Amino acid sequence: MKFSTMLRHLREGSKSLLRNGWMTFASISSICISLFILGVFMLLALNVNNLTEQIESQVQIRVFMQLNTEQDKMDELHTTIGNMPEVSSVVFVSKMEGLELLRTSLGDDGRELLDGYDETNNPLPDSFTVEVINPQEIGFVAKKIDAINTENDAPISSVKYGQGTVETLFKVTTAVRNIGLVIVAGLALTAMFLISNTIKVTILSRSREIKIMKLVGATNPFISWPFFIEGAMIGFIGSVLTSSIVMFGYSQLVSFSQFELGLMMIRLVTVQESALLVCALLIGIGTLIGVWGSTISIRKYLKV
Amino acid sequence: MIEMQDIWKTYANGSHALRGVSVLIDRNEFVYLVGPSGAGKSTFMKLIYREEVPTKGQISVNGFNIGKLKPRKIPYVRRNIGVIFQDYRLLPKLSAYENVAFAMEVIEAPRRLIRKRTMEVLELVGLRDKHASLPAQLSGGEQQRVAIARAIVNNPAVIVADEPTGNLDPDTSWGIMHLLEEINFRGTTIIMATHNREIVNRQRKRVIAIEEGLIARDEARGEYGYEI
Repeated sequence: MKFSTMLRHLREGSKSLLRNGWMTFASISSICISLFILGVFMLLALNVNNLTEQIESQVQIRVFMQLNTEQDKMDELHTTIGNMPEVSSVVFVSKMEGLELLRTSLGDDGRELLDGYDETNNPLPDSFTVEVINPQEIGFVAKKIDAINTENDAPISSVKYGQGTVETLFKVTTAVRNIGLVIVAGLALTAMFLISNTIKVTILSRSREIKIMKLVGATNPFISWPFFIEGAMIGFIGSVLTSSIVMFGYSQLVSFSQFELGLMMIRLVTVQESALLVCALLIGIGTLIGVWGSTISIRKYLKV
Repeated sequence: MIEMQDIWKTYANGSHALRGVSVLIDRNEFVYLVGPSGAGKSTFMKLIYREEVPTKGQISVNGFNIGKLKPRKIPYVRRNIGVIFQDYRLLPKLSAYENVAFAMEVIEAPRRLIRKRTMEVLELVGLRDKHASLPAQLSGGEQQRVAIARAIVNNPAVIVADEPTGNLDPDTSWGIMHLLEEINFRGTTIIMATHNREIVNRQRKRVIAIEEGLIARDEARGEYGYEI
């Protein structure tokens, strides 16, 4: 294709955006509404995913030692566990630190329960807090640690990670994630359908125009190009508009809710983290839908 | 130029529009196509600009075998055929100038040439001053002139006109006829379907009468021949 022809198509495509003012407005609005809902759900899904990750990453393995374990043995265990490929960190918690932690977590009401305990009569054993790289593997790692104990040498008294509870938690988080994914995919499809319908109506109203073009000897690609460009522009404008609205709204939400949610230990995905993904996806989907919608609609009329 | 050999056209609903038509039209001829409504005149013309394909028979235009044309080639054949309709068929959102220039943009002519040639044909049809008007701002006769300008802007070998004066008053119709004669005089073959007895009888050109899908008459200096 000649360069000047390409320029002509660009010119015609943008001109017809203006000429068909109301249809353009309708198409852009329909793209905006569908993509807006999609964008909101994408952010929701992102945050749910983030939240489940936060919850999951908080699961830990506690490894309690026998009360009489030697320091050497404990150092050896520290290294053994730390060398496991699934483990991300091992922290040694001495019996005194354990006591302090317990005091803090029981708070004012429970403090008196622990009155009278000090280093001489501390009932707690030394322990390790183990974090794993992939929280889903926590049960497996716990078993592996437990297997360090042999019949004649058993320095570990127990390995705990909230057996049962953690498995249920993971089932819930996986379900939430999958449901979010299905909703987002469904919304994307609905948006495509809605937009292609609008573009179909636009082109229907111009079937006469297309017939005349064919009559004066326009080739099919020549007729289609301005429509592609128009479709892409409608999709692009609509999605850029939507992305800015969605991201502006989200940044407001993040800054207003930061304090309240912070108290509940919930951290929303920041604007910086989500903007690129959400905008790229929305603009990509919007533009693609615009082109796709005009392609399938115009193909119908070109067969005449 | 245009040659039909035993052309049959049966539509999907079973109606026989043409039933064995053979005809030869030479370069630079001016032919009137007459006959009652529904006799097959429009089908005859649609076959020439490849809006329809014959069910049986051979048709060649400018040396192209129209019936066997690959869809991809159709646009290129149409560029050599100008088509004019009773209802003008202009693009309503384009100005007179843009409507005419459009036919040249389609063949990817250089912009400078488009500007020059478009103004030239608008001058020829007498609408140079109204080149910026939209179709809705023009009278019927003026709109038909724009349509004629669009049909001739690429110097086609043939012009097919389906009742071009059908919607126009007698004076305006004569204006259009003089224009078509002028175009014919410059070397373009013209085939025109009409119900206008006065025009046919005064011009005395070749008349082909189609009745019930057959050629009923083909006279070199014919008359309209039907009572209204």
